[in-house]
Amino acid sequence: MKYLKDIGSYFLMLKKVFSSFTKGSVLRELIFKEIDDLIIGSLPIVAFISFFVGGVIAIQTALNIDNPLIPEYLVGFATRQSIILEFAPTFISIIMAGKVGSFITSSIGSMRVTEQIDALEVMGINSINYLVFPKIIALLLYPFVIAVAMFLGILGGWVAGVYGEFSTSAAFIEGLQQDFKPFHVVYAFIKTFVFAFILATVPSWQGYFMKGGALEVGKASTNSFVWTSVLIILSNYIVTQLLLS
Amino acid sequence: MIRVEDIKKNFGKDEILKGISTTFDRGKTNLIIGQSGSGKTVLLKCIIGLFEPDEGLIYFEDKILQDMNEEEHRDLREDMGMLFQGGALFDSMTIEENVMFPLRMFTKQNKNEMLERVNEVLRRVNLENVNKKYPAEISGGMQKRVSIARAIVNNPKYLFCDEPNSGLDPKTAIVIDNLIQEITYEYNMTTIVVTHDMNSVMEIGEKIVFLKNGVLVWQGTNDEIFKTDNEDVTSFVYSSNLFKKIRDIQIKEQ
Repeated sequence: MKYLKDIGSYFLMLKKVFSSFTKGSVLRELIFKEIDDLIIGSLPIVAFISFFVGGVIAIQTALNIDNPLIPEYLVGFATRQSIILEFAPTFISIIMAGKVGSFITSSIGSMRVTEQIDALEVMGINSINYLVFPKIIALLLYPFVIAVAMFLGILGGWVAGVYGEFSTSAAFIEGLQQDFKPFHVVYAFIKTFVFAFILATVPSWQGYFMKGGALEVGKASTNSFVWTSVLIILSNYIVTQLLLS
Repeated sequence: MIRVEDIKKNFGKDEILKGISTTFDRGKTNLIIGQSGSGKTVLLKCIIGLFEPDEGLIYFEDKILQDMNEEEHRDLREDMGMLFQGGALFDSMTIEENVMFPLRMFTKQNKNEMLERVNEVLRRVNLENVNKKYPAEISGGMQKRVSIARAIVNNPKYLFCDEPNSGLDPKTAIVIDNLIQEITYEYNMTTIVVTHDMNSVMEIGEKIVFLKNGVLVWQGTNDEIFKTDNEDVTSFVYSSNLFKKIRDIQIKEQ
């Protein structure tokens, strides 16, 4: 019963996100602030993780190939496929559920605890639109983060493969070009938009409807990470089934 | 003027408000007092629309809150200023931005006009040179004053204060009380203050509504509260040793 109530409150929140809009000039400023916090602020950690995980994928692939009949370009091919199809969109989104999701939940949760949300409501402002809508718009730029992750992941794979002497540069690049299907990139970005919506709304919902004090803000942040991750994994499966099978 | 008629509010099986009826007058500081858990804050939240009463009507002048459409509701809320218990200032904004916020949301003033008004109300609450500071960088008393400035910046008709003195030392509490009363006169507002602070009652209680377990058991002025025979009120008023001693001295003198 509680789950049904929670799901209901999530969809009611979504309905309120797109009604009684905040004044345009204020909203524009909020959107730029959210882009700074959620997108620009996430780039360093995404870049760091992508580069090194890309390197690890290349090394792991190379170390597991001991059959001379398997072409050397497979290292580049496997790195590209892993990064574009799964690592960049899904793995990075799980990391973002921890970083961005917890930030969103704790910031909205703190506003709830300190009555800042009540203050907005008393002023006649639709607090859900004011708080959540700018996050959804900011996260429309999330595919940019994922594109950066794809590029740096592949670059990391190339650096580790070539400078670790697991592959030649020519073979690695041949692997990157081998059997390339542009639709895989489209599929990855479609997934990314779905994940971006989940990343913006689920942590906001957890923060907005939390009750209690500072301890509950911490609990809500943990719940937010769990729920966001679960929904990302589930939607990943559904989108993959729909688009690739 | 705000009038409430037979307001009832339950949370699950708990009856919090059991039919409250009273009037809060314009140009006066109206106090809702009572022990913790008596339903004061719930009544206030029903009046400002954060809670919906299960039964009863709330009148703002001659209009019924429950009958208002969305636009009327929004217009009414633009006429409300609220001072929350903890100040409820926006952490991510400077003091200037906090006070300017209602102007940015609801007026078409340019930045210079807004700044002029912000400085005017900050001066009114005796705050200067704090414009660029963040709420965390000023004291609790100053936060309350900023919150009052934000509440009055848009010239509201109604001012609501939820325990404005909580967490403040007695001297600062009196400053805040007097400020609320002065502003009520200046702006001719209907002010409702929820408190359990007897000093506030003595300082600014022009009309006092006493609640006990969700029932209005007494109402009157700050002079009358010390003369009433109502046992619930006297046990609340004389629960502090200070007031008991003052009463004993008065009885001896008589």
